[in-house]
Amino acid sequence: RICVITLAEAHPLLQSGKTIKSINYQISANCSRLQNKVSGKSKRGAQFLTELAPLCRISSTDGEEYTVYSCIRGRLIEVNENILSNPTILQEKPSTEGYIAVVLPKFEESKSITQGLLTQKEYEEVLLKR
Amino acid sequence: MSSLTEKDRPVVQLLLKTGTCPRCILRFCCVGSQALYRHPYKDLMKDLKEYLRNNQEKEDRVCFDGADPPCKRIRLEHAAEGPGDVNHNGELQQTLSTADGDAAVESSAAKVCNVCLGILQEFCEADFVQKVCQKVNSADYQFTSFVFSVSLPPQLSVRERAAWLLVKQEMGNLGLSLAKDDIVQLKEAYKWIIHPQLSEELGVPDDGKSLFEVSVVFAHPETDEECRFLATACPDCFKPAKNKQSVFTRMAVIKALEKIKEEDFLKHFPCPPSSPKNLCVALEIQCNNGAVFVAGRYNKYSRNLPQTPWIIDGERKLESSVEELISEHLMAEFKADSFNFSSSGREDVDVRTLGNGRPFAIELVNPRRIHFTAEEMKGLQQTINNSSDKIQVRDLQLVTREAIGRMKEGEEEKTKTYSALIWTDKAIQREDIAFLDDIKELKLDQKTPLRVLHRRPLAVRCRIIHTMKCEYIDEHHFRLRLKTQAGTYIKEFVHGDFGRTKPNIGSLLNRTADILELDVESVDVDWPPTL
Repeated sequence: RICVITLAEAHPLLQSGKTIKSINYQISANCSRLQNKVSGKSKRGAQFLTELAPLCRISSTDGEEYTVYSCIRGRLIEVNENILSNPTILQEKPSTEGYIAVVLPKFEESKSITQGLLTQKEYEEVLLKR
Repeated sequence: MSSLTEKDRPVVQLLLKTGTCPRCILRFCCVGSQALYRHPYKDLMKDLKEYLRNNQEKEDRVCFDGADPPCKRIRLEHAAEGPGDVNHNGELQQTLSTADGDAAVESSAAKVCNVCLGILQEFCEADFVQKVCQKVNSADYQFTSFVFSVSLPPQLSVRERAAWLLVKQEMGNLGLSLAKDDIVQLKEAYKWIIHPQLSEELGVPDDGKSLFEVSVVFAHPETDEECRFLATACPDCFKPAKNKQSVFTRMAVIKALEKIKEEDFLKHFPCPPSSPKNLCVALEIQCNNGAVFVAGRYNKYSRNLPQTPWIIDGERKLESSVEELISEHLMAEFKADSFNFSSSGREDVDVRTLGNGRPFAIELVNPRRIHFTAEEMKGLQQTINNSSDKIQVRDLQLVTREAIGRMKEGEEEKTKTYSALIWTDKAIQREDIAFLDDIKELKLDQKTPLRVLHRRPLAVRCRIIHTMKCEYIDEHHFRLRLKTQAGTYIKEFVHGDFGRTKPNIGSLLNRTADILELDVESVDVDWPPTL
């Protein structure tokens, strides 16, 4: 099952007053998410992500830097290059056009991954408790 | 050469002595007269012995003539039924004396040929023909001609080679040569003999191009190991067995025989070949009819029907499918083993197909019935249409295999028109959407939609929306009719697929848009012919 990674509602970058300065998919010396190339149905050649694998780093004008993590184990299919040219969509449409990346987990792990996630309701409960 | 002459005497003598049947002997003497092979087995045997007994004074005289059939069967005193003493030349001859030649004839008649293992013996007889025809008739096929195909055990090639080497050597002693290609092929001779008999019993002609195939597989388990030596001599000809199938396939054996040197062959294989105890067995007699193709156009009126059965982990997710609803009745009428359904593109479960419908073709595999009149096809179409309101078919007809190519062309090249019911988040007025009507040849870049990305490669498709026409409904809804290039993802053009299809209705209207309903209005392929 295809997964689309986006910023969560409560993410600091989506709160008012924040302006994005830059988005960087180069997460280390040898690894740029922009260089991810997949081929064929089984998406060979894709960078493999673990839950804590960084997808990108976003800097805001007030000097803060945020790292966005995959949170899903699987093959990286694509990262959203549109937000590089137009960072505003990340803040204006974070759940659609402003997505971060698309990840495809292994078929066998699909069910267990879904079960490990929060539903919309559960997420809202977590936020209330904060 | 159509008959035997004096030159053949030593070869005939040698082969008969070593256990080769008359018809194989004729083959190795390059006798090309088909009629001769069709003579009854016993006659051939007698005539050969007669030929051998004839005086050697008659140099070069044609002494074994296939032109006139024997007037009467020569009977041995032993087999006594009457004194018939007329030989094939119509001359009276003395009754054959009971020399040891007779005993030899008797016993050679009973022996299984060491070259054809009985193929040109028992399996040319009326009994076998009966057996085959019985199988054909009980299988209840409709056919107007037949092709008879025979699968021979690979060791026959090996024995053939051994026999050829034997004959070649013998002829070498006489200063003569024998090219392998001059020898009459076993399969060819067999067909000369059996085709007329089958044709007569079945009442239809044999035709190499016939779609109705009767096939027989012969085996000779007794000699199955005879090919083994080839594996040590030419190991690279034999690939490891994929399934349980023997590694010694006919093709592999023939290849190895071509490669192996004569000396090596003779080292490992007896020349002349040994006489087997048993005949070949006919393992399978099978009938098969070539596939027929039925084409038409279908309409889909349900928003809950997949095109092909939707089954996940053995569980059916939605009842039935377009292909099943159409094929069910065809399978019953044509009495086929199975079918293959294909169409000029397809639509999602929740999309209707209106207008003239979508072209489709069904290949019916191994049908028992193949002849249907136009009236019967019409009736079949009616039956399908009466059986379901979810689909309807039209222009149902028989087509050739080649015609399917035209349908698939349509999938890639022809345009389609659609009608989509669109919702917008922000209110719209008529003026806001009017401009869409004026956009022609709009170029789209569509990344592989997320909804199919798990099973399709990631790619970008350029597609064109040729024309659009909208109908305003209310502040949040309008209907859009569009004509597009084949292969365009309409739903993604409407909602934008996370911005991965650009431009899209949302971006054009500067709103968020989504698609509520989609219908295929037409598939612009002019095949199959309208009836």
